[in-house]
This record gives sequence, C-alpha cells and structure tokens, in this order.
Amino acid sequence: MLLSVFPIGGEHYLLGGLLIGAGVSMLFVLTGWVGGMSTVFSSTWSYLSRTPYFQQSRFVDTRVWRLVFALGLVLGAGLWWVWLGPADVLHTSVPLWQLGVGGVLVGFGARLGNGCTSGHGICGLGSLQLPSLVAVLTFMATGFITANGVLFLGGR
Amino acid sequence: MSFSKFLAVLVSGALFGFGLALSTMVQPEVVLSFLRFQDWGLMLVMGGAVLVTLLTYQLVPRLCKRPLLGDHFAVRPAILDRDTVLGAAIFGVGWGICGVCPGPAIAGLGTGNAAMLVALGGIVLGAYLQGVLHADP
Repeated sequence: MLLSVFPIGGEHYLLGGLLIGAGVSMLFVLTGWVGGMSTVFSSTWSYLSRTPYFQQSRFVDTRVWRLVFALGLVLGAGLWWVWLGPADVLHTSVPLWQLGVGGVLVGFGARLGNGCTSGHGICGLGSLQLPSLVAVLTFMATGFITANGVLFLGGR
Repeated sequence: MSFSKFLAVLVSGALFGFGLALSTMVQPEVVLSFLRFQDWGLMLVMGGAVLVTLLTYQLVPRLCKRPLLGDHFAVRPAILDRDTVLGAAIFGVGWGICGVCPGPAIAGLGTGNAAMLVALGGIVLGAYLQGVLHADP
C-alpha cells in the first residue's frame, strides 16, 4: 500500500517538509512575521506601480523583508543543487505554454484568494484558520480536476 | 532593516528554499504527479511543514512575550469571502496546468531551471492583473 502511494519513497518529502516548516518557524520566532510566499508578488509591484491596491501599507511596509525572504529561497535551493543536486541544471518536461498560462492563473488566483500553498496551506493551517482550510480544499479540488483534464487533452 | 534581521530573514528563507528543493517540489512534474494521484509525496511535504508550523504558531506566542528581534508576533489575516474561494479555485486551475506555485517558482531559479522563469513571469503578470483589476484596496 505504502509502496504504491509513494513509489519512490517518502523520506525526502517528509524531511523537506520539516525543513520548510523550520524556515517558516525561524522567521516567526526571530521576527514575528508570517511568511507565505505569494504576497511578495503584490508587495514588489508597490515599487513600480502607483495603483492604489499595491500602495496599501500591508504591502509597502513588508516589501523589503519579503524580497529578502525570496532571495533566501533562491539561495537555499541553490545550496541544495550545489550540495545534493545533479551536475547539470534542472530541466522540466512541462511545455512552456503550460508554465506561462498556468503561472498567470496561479498569480492572479493566489493574490485574489490571499494565499497559496504556503500562505494558506502552511501558515494558514498552522494558524488553525478556517478560511485557509476552505481555500486548501478548493485549490486541491480544482487542481486535481485540471491536472487530469490537461493529461486527458494531451498535455504533459 | 537591521543587519541581524536581514540575516534572520535570509537564513529562514534559505531553510524554506532548501526544503522545497530537497522535497522536489521545485520540479513541476512531481507536483503534477501528485495532482494525478500517482505519488502522494506532496501530502508528506505539506504535513511535515504544517506540523512544525502549527507547533511554533501555537506554542511560541504563549511562551515568549515577543520575537527575539521584533516587537510583536503577527497574526495572519483570516478572511473568508467570495474572493477567497474564487481566488483559490483559479489558483488551483493554474496549479493543475503548470505544477508550479509561488514558492517553487522562486526557489526553482536556484536550481538553474531557466524554464521556471516563464512560470515566474506568469505569476508576476497574474499578480499585477489582480491588483489593477481590484476596484478598491
């Protein structure tokens, strides 16, 4: 049963998840900030766009640390690549159109719904917030349907 | 931002990014294989991350008066309205198409995966459209 659910084993998944939780926890213990990832995509626009939506204090006041946190993500993943990753850079077989079209919907939806897999899925559930549970169940459901639909229609 | 805070945020982010890469969440194929019920690993990633975060968020504010380098513990805003559900639904559709969510889109750059720039660019554009189409803040 376990073999079929985790065909390539589960240790790296669990360990990686614990490390993600450790990163979110360290940020909270040291600074008191709640670190979901999607907000940086709105807060960074506050540097470039005068649109009132982006000039809200919740974006302007947090835009610096959110960018530093994002930089940390790149560094951490880079460290993994140098230390444990393959010699070549990582590639993906998912077509570029899927990455682009999906990306626009991910950015739009995550910001409209105030959170993503880390914001609602980790920080929101970790805060025992009902809206986040609703959001997680919703995006899991539409994600399951879409991913299988894409496969059915000949995508990757 | 003080240097100590800068370092704290950077190292926290690095732990997060290392975890995303180690758990292979920076590889869209792995996320899509979860959404197609082929490998349930994402549940272990999320479960492990939620467990640690839950303990921290619930216990630390009870044990410490304030964060070590800050003045108060922030609370995530909890809003449940039409936008929460609609936004999550749209997010899920996009996630099912590309297999990339905001964290891995950023962390993926650290693994040299240039194709992730397309997903990242899409997310940047999507977030912009959401902001400019939003009637009032």
